[in-house]
Amino acid sequence: MGTWWMALLGGVLIGGSAGLLYLLHGRIAGISGVLGAAMMPETSERAWRVAFVVGLVAVGLVARLAAPETVPLTGTGTSTPLLVLAGLLVGFGTRLGNGCTSGHGVCGVGRAAPRSLAATGTFLAVAMLVVLVTRHLLGGAA
Amino acid sequence: MTRVAKRWLTALVLGALFGLGLTLSGMTRPEVVKAFLDVTGDWDPSLAFVMGGAVVTFALIFRLAHRRAAPRLGGRFPRLPRRADPELFVGAALFGLGWGLAGICPGPALVDLGAGIGDVAVFTGAMLAGVVLHRLAGLGASGAREVTPSDEPVRADVIPGKPA
Repeated sequence: MGTWWMALLGGVLIGGSAGLLYLLHGRIAGISGVLGAAMMPETSERAWRVAFVVGLVAVGLVARLAAPETVPLTGTGTSTPLLVLAGLLVGFGTRLGNGCTSGHGVCGVGRAAPRSLAATGTFLAVAMLVVLVTRHLLGGAA
Repeated sequence: MTRVAKRWLTALVLGALFGLGLTLSGMTRPEVVKAFLDVTGDWDPSLAFVMGGAVVTFALIFRLAHRRAAPRLGGRFPRLPRRADPELFVGAALFGLGWGLAGICPGPALVDLGAGIGDVAVFTGAMLAGVVLHRLAGLGASGAREVTPSDEPVRADVIPGKPA
């Protein structure tokens, strides 16, 4: 685990899943979008979105049983108040920006959409800046 | 099998495939994600391979898909927005802030929730609350007005001649 070819294989599976969802359903596999719409009772295409989310969650359960080193068994390493703040920011921000690492970072960049290149550049730069500040300037607070 | 059942089953399998990719690549471990984001420290570039592999694979299938007039299981291809707007930048910046703090983005949050680590449930719960908060605030989303309604009911007669 953690080797570059394992990362590459994982990436190919992620891109393959997103690509097949587009080919078969004509839908973008943006996890924040799928999750957001799965939570709306009035959405007519809710069923497949719920199924996609169930697939994701089920893999976590299997991974814990079959390969526990792939999931954070010892916890996230982040304090609870910061986890709550981070979760709120991720949930709110991905809905406002209409995408996350998958919708913008994989699908949007893959179809060369200027808006997704801009979004991906923005969230990567901000996240790198946050790690720089919390790890190196504040001394590992997060 | 009915088309609705086919759509449900393929979505379930593709969700699992996506999750397997996240798990193998290390995206489900916050410390790996943070090590990738830590460009000025002890940088671990492995997630660049995840991104690269995913983008290239998606791009290939996306191009292949557009040789068809419609998606394989019915419905039609959406007209996807291309232009950036202010909401996009604000939303992406807020997401980046949260991602950098915890090292968890929405896909891994769901996989790790399934793994049943209590700590991650706090993040995932807060993330769902953030989604609800955005809906309650009635702010809409970036590019929402540009998108063709994507939630129209799937009609079984979209591809004539195919058994439903």
